[in-house]
Amino acid sequence: MLTPEQVELKLDRILLKVQKPGRYVGGELNSIRKDWDKAQTKVALVFPDIYDIGVSNVGLKILYDQINQRDDALAERAYAPWLDMEELMREHGIPLYTLESKHPLACFDIIGFTLPYETLYTNALNILNLAGIPVRSADRDESHPIIIAGGHSTTNPEPMHAFIDAFTIGEGEEVIHDVVNVIQKTKGAKREVTLRELAKISGVYVPSFYATTYMDDGTVAVTEPILPDVPKTVNKRIVAKLPPPPTKFIVPNIEVIHNRVSVEIMRGCTRGCRFCQAGMITRPVRERTVQEVVDAADAAVRASGFEELALMSLSSSDYTYINDLVDAISKRFEGRKLTVNLPSLRIESVSVDLMEKLKQHRSGGFTLAPEAASERMRRIINKFIPDEDIINTTREIYSRGWTTVKLYFMIGHPSETLEDVQAIVDLCKRVIEEGRKVAGWKVKLHAGVSTFVPKPQTPFQWVACDTRENILEKQALLKRQLLKDKSIKLSWTKPEDSLLEAWLSRGDRRMADVIYSAWKNGAKFDAWDEGKKSEAWLPAFEEHGLDPAFYTHRQRRTDEVFPWEHITAAVRKNFLFQDFRMSLEGQIRVDCRLNCFACGILPTFANLRRENPGEGWKCPDVKTPARKIDIELPVVGD
Amino acid sequence: MRVRITFSKQGALRYTGHLDLHRLWERALRRADLPISYSQGFHPQPKISLAAALPLGFASRAEVLDVRLNEDFPVEDISSRLKESLPPDIQVLGVESVDERAPALQTQVLSAAYEVYLTEPIDGAELTRKVEALMMSESVIRERRGKTYDLRPLIEMLSVVTEASGKVWLRMTLAARDGATGRPEEVLNALDILPEYTRVERTRLIFQK
Repeated sequence: MLTPEQVELKLDRILLKVQKPGRYVGGELNSIRKDWDKAQTKVALVFPDIYDIGVSNVGLKILYDQINQRDDALAERAYAPWLDMEELMREHGIPLYTLESKHPLACFDIIGFTLPYETLYTNALNILNLAGIPVRSADRDESHPIIIAGGHSTTNPEPMHAFIDAFTIGEGEEVIHDVVNVIQKTKGAKREVTLRELAKISGVYVPSFYATTYMDDGTVAVTEPILPDVPKTVNKRIVAKLPPPPTKFIVPNIEVIHNRVSVEIMRGCTRGCRFCQAGMITRPVRERTVQEVVDAADAAVRASGFEELALMSLSSSDYTYINDLVDAISKRFEGRKLTVNLPSLRIESVSVDLMEKLKQHRSGGFTLAPEAASERMRRIINKFIPDEDIINTTREIYSRGWTTVKLYFMIGHPSETLEDVQAIVDLCKRVIEEGRKVAGWKVKLHAGVSTFVPKPQTPFQWVACDTRENILEKQALLKRQLLKDKSIKLSWTKPEDSLLEAWLSRGDRRMADVIYSAWKNGAKFDAWDEGKKSEAWLPAFEEHGLDPAFYTHRQRRTDEVFPWEHITAAVRKNFLFQDFRMSLEGQIRVDCRLNCFACGILPTFANLRRENPGEGWKCPDVKTPARKIDIELPVVGD
Repeated sequence: MRVRITFSKQGALRYTGHLDLHRLWERALRRADLPISYSQGFHPQPKISLAAALPLGFASRAEVLDVRLNEDFPVEDISSRLKESLPPDIQVLGVESVDERAPALQTQVLSAAYEVYLTEPIDGAELTRKVEALMMSESVIRERRGKTYDLRPLIEMLSVVTEASGKVWLRMTLAARDGATGRPEEVLNALDILPEYTRVERTRLIFQK
């Protein structure tokens, strides 16, 4: 294996031949380089897309800090090299290496991938291959690192089951320590032993210890353990209290997508929008205090020198002390050159007041997400915002000096018709007309219309994706009617991109072979336009005798066993099904802060809630005392 | 106050270009709590100017920049604050206060000195012959971006250094005036050395007195 010095020497010969060589050299302020020989356990954390996107990922940053705080472990980073760099690395025999010490990935004990979205899967395979590590778990032995993965898309880990040794389901802050401890404890042991120890950790799923059988119709009969001591169902891990947010953000030496500090103000969402996977799988809602957010933001801005601060959550307006927070932030940063972003605001004029207090640059545009434009559709997706609220809010935005409003919609919601899509057109036109009345002809509207993909662990997991023909017809309608107006900008998702997302998020274990073949056919960077989509993926389905439409365009039976049935985000299937039924009847479920609908979080995490009562969580308190076990256990070996 | 900072740029920072370096300094000064002056107007620009762009991939132990601050600080104070706020591959070598009315830094650069280390073994005698031939030539016509130009007058000094160990490297001083800038990789090309088999370090910027 190459030494770091050899890697660096080889790099010097190729770096001037690639675009943005600064992506591949590290050396950033706040990156952490620990003594290689003193750390017993070495972890390479990988965001499988280019540096420009991955370096600002907060999830990986949290894990980087958690591991590097330990005396006995170190964490370094790697990203996917862009096409030009990959070609030269392969030509010159340079394996993928970490930015901190330039050690090849294969020298690490653990490689941890974050997989926040499905279109990173082929990149993960490519990265393993570039690192000289067998792509399939079954082909690895004791000389190879343990490959773990986490992130939102792993709520259905099955399509990647053949490539990842162990998945961490849910939140990573605590489980990463358990994983590191096991790796340390089992050093030198057989791989099987290490994996069995990992499988004992709550929230860890080791796919090789499970087997799936299928029905004649191709649906899953059951996925069950093949060993006695692994859990039937893997429950996601959560932290009872959000740990202090990271404040030492890595400051890249080149321009990247997001040059900013991000502070998570709240995790989870109580809104219950039925299309939203994040809202379902990140429950319960836990808030940070205003003081903690403001202090962390201040420390992070000072330590980075960034010009931008983002206060992150799934629904900022629902943060209990949002007014206090905005006041405190604007006071603390008064007179400093800082743009503050507060995304995911509710569509109401209060939101405009909030943004005004933050002295937001009005040039940036004001973003709102109605998601649907007809009353029927809004009931179905459980995001009910009357037209009038949208008109009043956008009018307010224009009249207070923003010239651009961005509205996010989705098409392809269950049972959507052309009339529902027409409603998007009508709403956009009204927004512009009303805007012109208060601010003249300079007003602009950007309509971002993406295509809905029904996701696992949501109330819509039973529904089929809209057909390609329907989507094209709906997009044609939007283009025909909206692009005539020079003040309106329209963006949309290519149907093949949505299809790919659907295959990968809804697939079963058989999809692993398709992913492998697609990668062999040249698929990578599937989230990019440069990626090879249809020419790589369709032959891969064919090769393995699988029908793409089986995964995308099929309504699931009500009693269907899902490929992800044995993985749970602690929101019960019954609850999701009831919510799905409610959607069919156009019934709305209100914010669960107002009324607990017993989604399943509290029974699963009753002990955590009992130990952390009060305001921190937005679920009701658990009143019952913990059940005492007063059976005397026989002592083994007596 | 107008401050002149001399700094080194090594390691990973060799791959940070001129514009990114500007941004890097803006952030570093902000982290150090040194208030930069900004230009007026709709898009205020920080008043930072770098003496001479360093080509991507080259190291330097002699970069120079001027920055205007809104307040006065003792130079030692500036230097110690910056130490904490810069990435590891940039080191402050000197800080001095400059007359506000002094001419713009970029207009004062005359030439730049470089050392070139060879990462592949090379025949020293052969290299010396090539250097001598190059320096004896009246003109060395080369093409760059579709235009021909004469490289020879841009080379002020070029010599081969042979260490006692037998290791061979090059030293050169090239013109760096507006519209007349010699590039080390062009000289290396003229000597049949592939730039990717070298490590170039800028060692000095020579200013007008």
